[in-house]
Amino acid sequence: MAEAAQNLHISDEVAIQIDNMNKWYGTFHVLRDINLTVHRGERIVIAGPSGSGKSTLIRCINALEEHQKGSITVDGTLLSSDLKNIDKIRSEVGMVFQHFNLFPHLTILENCTLAPIWVRKTPKKEAEEIAMHFLEKVKIPEQADKYPGQLSGGQQQRVAIARSLCMRPRIMLFDEPTSALDPEMIKEVLDTMVSLAEEGMTMLCVTHEMGFARQVANRVIFMDAGQIVEQNEPEEFFNNPQNERTKLFLSQILGH
Amino acid sequence: MSDTHAQTVAYVRETMLPELEPPATERGVIKWMRENLFAGWFNSILTIFAAYVIYKIVVGALPWFANGIWTTDSLAECREILQGATGGCFSVLTERWNQLLFGFKYPDDQYWRPTLAFVVMLVSIAPVLFSHLPRKMLILTGLFPFVAFWLIWGGTILAPLVALLGFVAAYIAFKKVEHQSFAMGLLAGLITAIVVWFVGGFVSGAASNVLALEPVASRDMGGFMLNMILGTVCVSLSLPIGICLALGRQSDMPIIKWICVVFIEFIRGVPLITLLFVANVVLAYFLPPGTNFDLIVRVIIMITAFSSAYIAEVIRGGLAALPRGQYEAADSLGLDYAQATRLIIMPQALKISIPGIVNVAVGLFKDTTLVSVISMFDLVGMIRGPILASTEWNGVYWELWGFAVFVFFIVCYGISQYSQWLERQLQTDHR
Repeated sequence: MAEAAQNLHISDEVAIQIDNMNKWYGTFHVLRDINLTVHRGERIVIAGPSGSGKSTLIRCINALEEHQKGSITVDGTLLSSDLKNIDKIRSEVGMVFQHFNLFPHLTILENCTLAPIWVRKTPKKEAEEIAMHFLEKVKIPEQADKYPGQLSGGQQQRVAIARSLCMRPRIMLFDEPTSALDPEMIKEVLDTMVSLAEEGMTMLCVTHEMGFARQVANRVIFMDAGQIVEQNEPEEFFNNPQNERTKLFLSQILGH
Repeated sequence: MSDTHAQTVAYVRETMLPELEPPATERGVIKWMRENLFAGWFNSILTIFAAYVIYKIVVGALPWFANGIWTTDSLAECREILQGATGGCFSVLTERWNQLLFGFKYPDDQYWRPTLAFVVMLVSIAPVLFSHLPRKMLILTGLFPFVAFWLIWGGTILAPLVALLGFVAAYIAFKKVEHQSFAMGLLAGLITAIVVWFVGGFVSGAASNVLALEPVASRDMGGFMLNMILGTVCVSLSLPIGICLALGRQSDMPIIKWICVVFIEFIRGVPLITLLFVANVVLAYFLPPGTNFDLIVRVIIMITAFSSAYIAEVIRGGLAALPRGQYEAADSLGLDYAQATRLIIMPQALKISIPGIVNVAVGLFKDTTLVSVISMFDLVGMIRGPILASTEWNGVYWELWGFAVFVFFIVCYGISQYSQWLERQLQTDHR
């Protein structure tokens, strides 16, 4: 089965290690005692009601949000307030946002080559070749010279994925990548993510696309009130949820 | 509802309708006039009234221009020729042309120098304004301030050369040390520049005849040239300073943030004219006795401080308009603060701020006429003082002030047109 083949990618090597991580917004306790180990090649879907801290959790991993207690280790680098470590981790971890966040003043190609040129010091020519390679992979090489504003939402999100991939990240974070898209564009983005997963990319994905979770994830994490409430393999998670909160959530999201 | 009853519910179109031209009344000149000039009785009355006003103005002003006299030596001669007929006495412009442009103390035989500087200026700001010109021309832009200083103020070429060398040496030193840390680089650059200027000061002082032009003192500058000097120098200084202030105000470092806030709020709370009086009179008290701190430099400092505070606020508005996602995307790609600011944040923030920045720049350029209040003879100062006070031209108001209005309008309208063109060039979102 395809799923079993995919799981071959998972190695014993630890990609992300989160220990007793806590975060507060002011006095509001957003994340409480998060413990999570992600192995290389794993594809994890994080689900949960809004405000449960799913986005905050993955934004902590590349230090877009600061955590106050506990530790996060990404690829063996401990995330601290040291800017060098943060920049190192960020260049290894790709991130895709709900609202794409493409740079509107640059062309698609420039969006993709900017970080490789300035952060990785890749020569411009080579960076452009890499960019075209990934734009072909997300199936929009012909849009390379346009500006983000000229593309549809689905195309923009695929460019955003290509832009992240150009940095050759070892881990990809997705923060609700399809939530801002029209229904007919969700599929093209999900297809891109599926093919990425099939190549063995380590992925953490906050999403409400349960079909995607069933198809791709090897682990589903359910969060509520800043805590990891339940985690399991997708089949078990969907067919046999244990926690009351999970049952309620699944009945609401799958009920119609 | 009746339509759906007329046919069956299921309906399939078999031929597509072709596109048709709009009817004749919806096309061409007639449509335009009906929509824009004669849409309704009220609109038509306004159109006719406006046409009448325009006609009256043209008929009134035309003879004034047509009968204008360009060649007399005084107002009295003009009146003699006109014999009471309507007509402008434009000879004041031709006769005092050089004074209007260069002031009344700039040496007559040296007028070619500021003129040449003006032409060089036009050439060297072109690559800044139009990005499709070859980037090599930017070297010319970098050299321009030094060339212009030498041309306008005169003296040995060594002085601006030493200044230039100082900047170049500072840049090299900065590049050499930059990899250690940014602050160390700045420090190294600063020290290098000071050493070069100090040593170079002796050299150029000793050899003051090398390629020397006749020196002209700052107090001899005047006319529209003075407005141009103040305008270009202050605009080009206050833009980078304004950017730094705007970034500083958003900084996480409290000391930098508060310095910027205090500076901006203080400057914005003070009228420019007071700052100019401070520059003229009070600043001298704070300087050690015997220092001869050039008046133009003092005025430049004050105007620059003033406009950079305003530009900082305009740019802060642009920064605030950027979605947080842009910062996050830049961060998540691993760009550091300097790269993110330079490549992602500033290009977008500046683009949003263009109308505001141009507003400040145009205002600044017009405000340079305020220096006439502290007895500097810029264009307005020249008209108010030496020209209107002279026995020949006492009483020629319309022609002189009209000329001042015309000159400033040309420049400011040009700037505004350029900015609109630039906005269209930079528009990438809705193409």
